[in-house]
Amino acid sequence: MATAATAPALPHTGYKSENAVWSWLTTVDHKRIGALYLYTALAWFLIGGLEAVMIRIQLQGPNGRFVSAETYNQLFTMHGTTMIFLVVMPLSAAFFNLLIPLQIGARDVAFPRLNAFSYWVYLFGSLFMNASWLIKQAPNGGWFGYTPLTTLAYSQFLNIDFWVLGLQILGVSSLAAAFNFITTIINMRAPGMHFMRMPIFTWMAFIVQFLLALAFPVITIALVFLQFDRFFGTQFYQTAAGADPLLWQHLFWIFGHPEVYILILPAFGLVSEVLPTFSRKPLFGYPVMVYSGMLIAFLGFGVWAHHMFGVGMGPIADTLFAVTTMLIGIPTGVKIFNWIFTMWGGDIRFTTAMKFAIALVALFTIGGISGVMHASPPADLQQTDTYFIVAHFHYVLFGGSMMGLWAGVYYYYPKLTGRMLNEKLGSWHFWLTFIGMNLTFMPMHWSGLMGMPRRTWVYDAGQGLEIFNLMSSIGAYIQVVAVVIGFWNLIRSRRNGPPAGNDPWGGPTLEWSIPSPPPEYNFAVIPTVTSRYPLWDRKSPELTRDVPHTREGERAINVDVAGKHVGRIDHAIGNPPGAPAASQRVPTAKELGIPMPNPSIKPLFVALFMVLMFSSLLLIHKDKTTLAIAGVITFAILMTLSLYSWLLTPLEDEH
Amino acid sequence: MATSAVASHGHPPTTTGLDHRKVAIWAFIGSECMLFTSLISTYLVYKGRSVNGPFPHEVCNPPQCATQLKPILNIPVTSVSTFVLLMSSLAMVLALAAVENKDKPGWAGTGPWGRALASSRLWLLMTAILGATFLGFQAFEFTSFVHEGLTIRQNLFGSSFFTLTGFHGAHVTVGVLWLLTLLAIDVRRGLGPKDALLVDISALYWHFVDVVWIAIFTLVYLIR
Repeated sequence: MATAATAPALPHTGYKSENAVWSWLTTVDHKRIGALYLYTALAWFLIGGLEAVMIRIQLQGPNGRFVSAETYNQLFTMHGTTMIFLVVMPLSAAFFNLLIPLQIGARDVAFPRLNAFSYWVYLFGSLFMNASWLIKQAPNGGWFGYTPLTTLAYSQFLNIDFWVLGLQILGVSSLAAAFNFITTIINMRAPGMHFMRMPIFTWMAFIVQFLLALAFPVITIALVFLQFDRFFGTQFYQTAAGADPLLWQHLFWIFGHPEVYILILPAFGLVSEVLPTFSRKPLFGYPVMVYSGMLIAFLGFGVWAHHMFGVGMGPIADTLFAVTTMLIGIPTGVKIFNWIFTMWGGDIRFTTAMKFAIALVALFTIGGISGVMHASPPADLQQTDTYFIVAHFHYVLFGGSMMGLWAGVYYYYPKLTGRMLNEKLGSWHFWLTFIGMNLTFMPMHWSGLMGMPRRTWVYDAGQGLEIFNLMSSIGAYIQVVAVVIGFWNLIRSRRNGPPAGNDPWGGPTLEWSIPSPPPEYNFAVIPTVTSRYPLWDRKSPELTRDVPHTREGERAINVDVAGKHVGRIDHAIGNPPGAPAASQRVPTAKELGIPMPNPSIKPLFVALFMVLMFSSLLLIHKDKTTLAIAGVITFAILMTLSLYSWLLTPLEDEH
Repeated sequence: MATSAVASHGHPPTTTGLDHRKVAIWAFIGSECMLFTSLISTYLVYKGRSVNGPFPHEVCNPPQCATQLKPILNIPVTSVSTFVLLMSSLAMVLALAAVENKDKPGWAGTGPWGRALASSRLWLLMTAILGATFLGFQAFEFTSFVHEGLTIRQNLFGSSFFTLTGFHGAHVTVGVLWLLTLLAIDVRRGLGPKDALLVDISALYWHFVDVVWIAIFTLVYLIR
């Protein structure tokens, strides 16, 4: 094993080696922000996993006494909330940050400082929500927070306040990021990068940004109502005052179902990158993959009430939502078949990334089929609120999202860090995850159909549930081993992995044309794109024979670097004329005359003051209303001042 | 982003030719539509469900109210404030035109009226004043409602009405602050055609907030 001292040197990427901590706090570089998202989300993955393991210890045998009922409520609530909002969404955001500019041939996102702001809001918001553990009042109303359980009459302590305010804060992060990426993808594509030439991951990311922008305002309002009910005594969820007991459920799921696609589409995008590379074939049916992604997202806004068949909405509403839900099976099935046809007849390499990607195809299919089962209201009435549902959504969210995200981590870690991950450890990581995952969640189908209810902290002996729960718990412990191996791989490869070079996998898209890790400016020359697979066109043209190319894009075009005309470049990918080869020192932005945004601490301060402003509201429930109001006003003023200071400072030095 | 002066040279042109900020503000407005849709839908769903008064359009008789209460919405007064807000959009259009055409020969007409028409400062100030006047009407309306017994805690109507119109009022407040900031920049260094985008995106926001009010005025005040 190579040690750090003997590890080969990586190409210097042109970052100034100033104070390291300060440079991370002030960074506006999309790649470094992506790395921050990645590391933070992986840390929360450990916390959320720990919560899951505690749940499984409690349920290992009948009438478990490992935790109390109250703690159990907090554990399953925070497990769900953490995994959805603090792990899968930010992991997706890590890939949005890292990949979108690289895949579309841009030097950064449209608003680099807003991007940093999104990350800091996420970090502080996640810390705020988890601070509730310190006073033993972690959220305990489920990740869906149904009213009236979560109103003040039934939840008097701070648990739900942490949840409501925490989600509001995280929503700001997601919305800011969505506007940023929508603008980036619409406005910063390289010449020739038509929409139908965009890498499929960027396409899925693009669709997800619209879901975020349109779904998050709805949960924001639902949470505002709950917040007002709890803090100011409004009556939105007070049924005694005539309130509709279903208002929360409707608003929540109008957000909640698009949220499901917010969680899965980025993973779909990642495996759609991994499968073609390791099958050495273009993605089968690229346009249909794009359209089915759009259709999934569009239909995703019309199916929310299938989460509510149990409340008795009547036959017309049930039928309507059952039909729209089953319709979503069509574009999703199209995707599954397209992935299979992509692999069909391909020159398949079973790397760890490929194994995780294939696992997604298999496991998501299982989860998708059980999903179509409870799209039928009569079946759903038997299955809702049982472990069958738990099995279903873990197959789609763990078997789907997490497997896809791990595939992305193994595929793109070399691009992010410049080092390869260890394939042997990766193989152990994959197989233990795969076996542990199925052992955990497959038996839940049976315990669920036998009637085991969700969200209950104990079950009695003698109902035939023991064996299934024991299997699930053993599966969870196997996953712990898998996670330890996976994290060890990530940590040790950071220093000891072999250097990756520009293109370790033979990838087809632009991100593989530049050094790993990429220099701060990404592309010395903004590339010109002539097809969906610019690198394969150049390196293995036989692979892209059947992919449409437009003649127009193949003409040499005039290229400007930093306002200076550098001449005509054919297939302008890679280094500028006369630049050194990739393995040597990479020139800095200054040497190339590329303007780069200045680092800024201001987004961090705006984020910090915003989170403190929300946090101050908690004092209202400690009967310190005056102090709470003073805190809100103080931090609002500080936030506004920081914001003005940010907006009035130019992004770059004047030239 | 609103005022950061991004050096344009050295950057490749944008794919659409539009400035990033213009694309982003449209994405933001799309998102805001869902925000107000949620608020307005909730108001409409809760219409007529309050178990006690005061009510928006109906007289509240005992026993629902201790004494008889008249309908609380004051349509004539709100019509005036709606007119004021609509006129602020006109002023906004003139402010943008003044900034865009500042250096155009012949744009500033002769005489005091002509010069006034071409003054971006006047129209930015006018927009902000009209916006603030609208907020003044809203403050008057809120206090008189509270005086008549309608608070945010009183009933479903109070909760949904104050939250909906309060959110709109907060948006107008942000808009007024934005306009005053632009005015300060204009006074300090003068806004010219190269700054038109700054005014343009604030105008898009302002018109959006105005359009939302038309929806609120129609659905909450006019339709019984």
